[in-house]
Amino acid sequence: MSAVQIDVKYVAHLARINLTPAEEQKLSAQLGNILGYIEKLNEVDVSGVEPTAHAFPLVNVTRADEIQPSLSHADALRNAPAKAAGLFIVPKIVE
Amino acid sequence: MLNQLTISALSGKLAKREVSAREAAQACLDQIARVDGQIHAFISHDAADALAQADAADKRIAAGDHGPLLGVPIAIKDVLAAKNQPLNCCSKILGKFTSPYDATVIEKLKAAGAIIFGRLNMDEFAMGSSTENSAFGTTRNPWALDRIPGGSSGGSAAAVAADEAIATLGSDTGGSIRQPAALCGCVGLKPTYGRVSRYGLVAFASSLDQIGPFTKDVRDSAIMLEALSGHDRRDSSSVPQAVPNYSAALNGNIKGLKLGLPKEYMIGGLDPEVKASVDAAVKQFQSLGAEIVEISLPHTDYAVATYYIVATAEASANLARFDGIRYGARVDGADPIALYGNTRGQGFGPEVKRRIILGTYVLSSGYYDAYYLRAQKVRTLIRQDFLKAFEKVDAIVTPTTPTAAFKIGEKSDDPLQMYLSDIFTISCNLAGIPGLSLPCGFTKSPKLPIGLQLLGKPFGEETLLKLAHAYEQSTPFHKEKPPLN
Repeated sequence: MSAVQIDVKYVAHLARINLTPAEEQKLSAQLGNILGYIEKLNEVDVSGVEPTAHAFPLVNVTRADEIQPSLSHADALRNAPAKAAGLFIVPKIVE
Repeated sequence: MLNQLTISALSGKLAKREVSAREAAQACLDQIARVDGQIHAFISHDAADALAQADAADKRIAAGDHGPLLGVPIAIKDVLAAKNQPLNCCSKILGKFTSPYDATVIEKLKAAGAIIFGRLNMDEFAMGSSTENSAFGTTRNPWALDRIPGGSSGGSAAAVAADEAIATLGSDTGGSIRQPAALCGCVGLKPTYGRVSRYGLVAFASSLDQIGPFTKDVRDSAIMLEALSGHDRRDSSSVPQAVPNYSAALNGNIKGLKLGLPKEYMIGGLDPEVKASVDAAVKQFQSLGAEIVEISLPHTDYAVATYYIVATAEASANLARFDGIRYGARVDGADPIALYGNTRGQGFGPEVKRRIILGTYVLSSGYYDAYYLRAQKVRTLIRQDFLKAFEKVDAIVTPTTPTAAFKIGEKSDDPLQMYLSDIFTISCNLAGIPGLSLPCGFTKSPKLPIGLQLLGKPFGEETLLKLAHAYEQSTPFHKEKPPLN
């Protein structure tokens, strides 16, 4: 098993996680090690094998389109870090 | 001491009015006050609310109502929504979040009259095997305070072992119920994927997660499973299949049942004392009339690698919702992207960041086929191993963990070694089958619990419980209590 190089800074950006330089360095080594271990899956012959997304696939789970009780406006907002006038407050998106 | 009772013993006394639900709740609260300073199974609990629920249960009992969980104090892993209780997943990122609604399992337990109290410690977002990844401090194993209780549901296991609750709820994505149950010496059950609704469970890996109980014996596990199970229109992965009377299966008759012994589980890293206990358990099953059959699960060696692709990929998608916009803590930034990055960079702990970044990587452009798709195919092979084995046997018996509880700090700097400690529990989630861990012995010095794992056919919980109960009733291990001062 050999360590795999990974661009942690780029992947962390994709995941929207800001890392400190020390975290980047530590994660780079640890993830390289874990990915090295994961390489062992290349030993397995998977030709002709269907992927499993769920152990017990229930296909096309549908229900009648009926109005059901749901969260109230106040309950949906009650854990908001910033709110005003019944809305979530977010930083400016459009200039 | 009422807090030491099982569900079945306590509900018997409640029904006969020998004791009140208030006395039972108070006994648990007193035990928390006495021992939880050392163990730290709970991150918070609301004593007044627990006693108010107990009084409501006592009123129902006085009015002639009865039921196996009426007036029984049950504590909850901090990953399940209970209306108006805090919900943190033992992370900083949820801030002062309180649940606006009840999870389906909580709704069911409340309707049954259980007293739902306390928030139990866990690895942050259920990611870990030791409860050391909690932002609220480490839980200690009641059997040896310098050791981990297992994880991620470490608080749930420790609280039952230390008699701080009659039973608890946890969640299991790769062993997070069975592994801590084994290391703390209680009974932990992960039901079949789809058996129990996950509405109100904070999602970690949606194709693997299940909710299940921690109890003091197998009968209680059956009682809890019956209360928790069933189809729920709010969880489209829950299966519309009738819920059996699980307790009725506990008749002690296991004659002729076939138990598979997978040769791949007797690996090099297996501790000799764990191996000796499991060997003795297999002999015990034989003497009770079960037939032992050697089986092979040839893809066992690939389970950990498969799991750490599938689970982290799903986690990276599920945890995208923690972005500082709609709930939880927020760390401001000049624009939304900076706000997300700051909130998540400061809100998540190291293990959660590690897994989200790994999951993002294996799903990212150019790597998807090599990692995620390949892992899903190997998952198919792992599942087929089990389905083939179950053509020959009724259940499979293995150790739950390769060793007894390790020391706090022993593996926390080496994530890969920590992941490999889940080697016996992970395949069960990938295959979607049920698994149960129960006590099967102790190491000598220090005295630490050893767990036996039983794996069953999809929706084969009755057989698992029947086997576990017959074994338990013929052995003394479940009666032992940790030496707490």
